[in-house]
Parts: sequence; C-alpha cells; structure tokens
Amino acid sequence: MAYSEKVLDHYENPRNVGTFDKDDSSVGTGMVGAPACGDVMKLQLKVSDKGVIEDAKFKTYGCGSAIASSSLVTEWVKGKSIDEALEIKNTDIAEELALPPVKIHCSVLAEDAIKAAIEDYKGKQK
Amino acid sequence: MKKPIYMDNSATTPCDPRVAEKLCQHLTTEGVYGNPASRSHEYGWLADEAAEAGRAHVAALIGASPKEIVWTSGATESDNLALKGAAHFYKKKGNHLITVKTEHKAILDTCRQLEREGFEITYLDPQEDGRLDLAVLEAAIKPETILISVMHVNNEIGVIQDMAAIGKLTREKGILLHCDAAQSAGKIPVDVNEMNVDLLSLSAHKIYGPKGIGALYVRRKPRVRLEAQIHGGGHERGMRSGTLATHQIVGMGEAFRIAKEEMASEAERIGKLRDKLLRGLQDIEEVYVNGDMKHRIPGNLNISFNYVEGESLIMALKDVAVSSGSACTSASLEPSYVLRALGRSDELAHSSIRFTIGRFTTEEEIDYTIELVKGKIGKLRELSPLWDMYKEGIDLSSVQWAAH
Repeated sequence: MAYSEKVLDHYENPRNVGTFDKDDSSVGTGMVGAPACGDVMKLQLKVSDKGVIEDAKFKTYGCGSAIASSSLVTEWVKGKSIDEALEIKNTDIAEELALPPVKIHCSVLAEDAIKAAIEDYKGKQK
Repeated sequence: MKKPIYMDNSATTPCDPRVAEKLCQHLTTEGVYGNPASRSHEYGWLADEAAEAGRAHVAALIGASPKEIVWTSGATESDNLALKGAAHFYKKKGNHLITVKTEHKAILDTCRQLEREGFEITYLDPQEDGRLDLAVLEAAIKPETILISVMHVNNEIGVIQDMAAIGKLTREKGILLHCDAAQSAGKIPVDVNEMNVDLLSLSAHKIYGPKGIGALYVRRKPRVRLEAQIHGGGHERGMRSGTLATHQIVGMGEAFRIAKEEMASEAERIGKLRDKLLRGLQDIEEVYVNGDMKHRIPGNLNISFNYVEGESLIMALKDVAVSSGSACTSASLEPSYVLRALGRSDELAHSSIRFTIGRFTTEEEIDYTIELVKGKIGKLRELSPLWDMYKEGIDLSSVQWAAH
C-alpha cells in the first residue's frame, strides 16, 4: 500500500513520543484500542491551571497510519483549550494525512484518544 | 547489494536464467513455436517433443510417470481441478471431504464452493506446531468420505506434514488423497508413491520457473477419475482442454530438472542461511517462532515480534521485501488465519513476519537484514505502549481493552 508523504513523515519522525507521570493531577491519559485489533494508542495531555493544553505525548502500537494519526494529534492539541481540542474530528485527521478508506479507523482512534485523555483529566479535577 | 533485498521467495521466485533462456527459445520464428497438438507438420512435432520433455522432467521430480501429469495454469487451478473434479466424479460414492484449516485459500475457497453445491466438508484444526494429528484425521473419517486434501508444506509457516503416514491411512480406507505440493516440490523430496497420494498440485513459479503454469498429478494405478472443469479440444486426456503453452511448459520442465539436480545442495545452503537469520533475530527479546522448526522447509522463517505491530514493522523494513502473517497489508484487517488456527493470540498473529530465503539470497543480505530488524524493533518498541506495560510487569491479558 502506498502511504502519503505526510504519513511517512510522521512515521519516520514521530513527534512528541514519550510519557508523563500518569498520577500527576495536571495530566490526562487516554488509552484506546486493543492489541487483538492491531492497534493501541496512549495519548497524554498536560493541562495548565487555565485549561490550556501545554504539552502532549503519545505512544502507539499499530500500523504506520495509526502512528501518524497519534503523532499529528499531539501537534494539533498543543496550545488549544480542552474544549477546542474536543472539536478535533477524525475526518480532519484523515484528510490531513490522506488516509485510504481501510485506515479511517486509525483517525477515529486518534479522536477517541483525545476524548479519553480529556475525560481522565476532568475526572482528576473533581 | 540490491535493495530492497528479496526475502519473499514463498510468494514467488524469479526465473532462473537457465529457465528463461530455454523458455525464450520457444516463442519466435527462430524458435519452436508450433502447436504441440498439430500432428501434420514438423512445427507441431517439435513443439510436442519439447512439451513432452518438460512433462518428463516434472514427473521425474515427484517419482511419477509422465502420463500422470496434467498441465494447468498453476497450483490454484490444479487444486480446483483435483477437488471439484474428484468430488463431481465420485459424488455417488459419498459427499464428504476433509481438509485442514491452515490450507491455502485455493483449497479453502474451493471447499466453500463444494459446500454450496451440497458437499459436506470437515475442516480440521492442526496442532500448535502446525502439524496434523493423525488420530484427529482418522476420527473425522466417515463412510461417506471420498477425498482428503492436505498440503505438503504450509505457505506461511513452512511446516511439513507427514504425507506418507496420511497416505498410508487413506490408502487403507480407500479414500482419495490430494496434496497441494506448491511449496514443497523442489525444496524437499516428494515421491507420489512413497506418499500414496492420488492427486498432487504443482506450481512452476515457486521454484524458479515462470508464472502462469502448473500441473496436477493424477494417479493411473489405481486409476483416479476426474470430471473436467474446462472443456474443448480434449487435451490432457480430456481432463484439461486448451492449447499447451509450450514455452511455459519448457520453462517449468527446466526449473524442475534443475531442482532435481540441485535440491540437496541448495537445501543445505539455504538452511544454513535461515539458521543464521534465526540466531541473529533470537538475540532480540520477546520473539516467537511460529510453527515447528524441525519439520520445516529450509527457506522459511515465520517469527512474531511481540509488542510490535506487523504492518508498521514491514513499513520499517522497507529495504527488505517480506510479508506479514498479518493480512493488514490487504484490505482485511484480520490477522493471519493460519497463525490463528495454530492457537496464536491475536497480538502475536498481528506481529508476525515471514522471511523466505531462496536460491539467490546471499549471506551478506542475511547479515544486513539481522542488523536492520534489530534496530527497527528497538525503535518501534520505544513507540509501543504495550512494550512499556510489559516492562512494568503488567499482564496484558488482564487489561480491559476498549475494543473497536
């Protein structure tokens, strides 16, 4: 399968790979997918007191498109408020990376990862 | 060293230059281009002679008589002709067939078609090592069983079935035995009489012959009957009509002749390269060989790299042409049905890579591949949340995954 240049770029030079302390109250962690399905994404967001995403890290087990989708998302969410980050749609990700139809689920997973990370963060603020 | 390095020799092989040269001598006005069925002139006689020489080479490699060889377009057609042809001819005798879940799709999809026509098929599970348990096979036999089809060597894991033992059983029970030998002929000894097979499928392009040509061995003593699937002209004793493709037959014949001559020394050389590759890759943590190592063709290594997804690994290994046991590279996102049938977890099935070494693989290429894989596995595991969890001692099977 031919990958788009953007997928190849993110795959070969993934942005923001790493881990934050998941017990830190300013960190929201989202883990989505399942090994049996061939992809698992872990997205972590570091949120400021004002509700702005200051930093993001990811780790992904999955195909090149899954790695690229999560790498792209870490770039996009930085500097956004959590409400703005929730507006990122899988279709935006799929379009940016020119994902073929069989890889759309990778972008869906990336959107789910943002939602899961924000939910985790919100849970910690109660 | 030419890149990408070709390590997908179970998918296909390049033509041996000796094969290509002979094949090309049977195409143009300078060559032997006649129709082997033309009995009225020299062009036909010469073409017939060339095709019959090819037939003799193919027969010789499997210990058969040339009269028992039927040309087809490849192993897929041979499988179709064997199963449908025998099932249709012997349907009054019984309507039950037995095969194995790890067979090639050419068998499994043909069986599905026979089911639609009213036949009953039993699909057996292999053991964890990929081998068929003879007791399981025997237990599946019914009075209505007319044919059993078992592949000699599996295309994904390279595991060899004990065809002689299976043949002994089917002969005793009076059941026809078909064997798909596309991945074994020319790599390990195949003898239709030692194995007691009645029908055997062959392919040319898996052993340095051209694509588009294969053969079906059809036993004469005791005689096996088939209902033709392609009609017109009555070629090949009525079992497969169509003008013989002289150049391809000559190519297949030459490939089989070379295989018979060089198989023993080649198997030794390829086996050493495979073992070197295996040793190199086993330095990496959490790698698992899929299928039995002892009963396996020399050129195959199917290995799972835990916590790394197969498609991303293939992407990382773009300088080595390999295939993934995981069918992620096709439109389907299902992991390999062969590895699943062996009882491998979805994770390991998703993480598998098949390396298949061939006649033209060099030691330098093996060394390069080992270093490349080591580096890329390290990189991908750094990216893998599953690898982190494994290192933290978390049992992944205890995690509640949000499946999608």
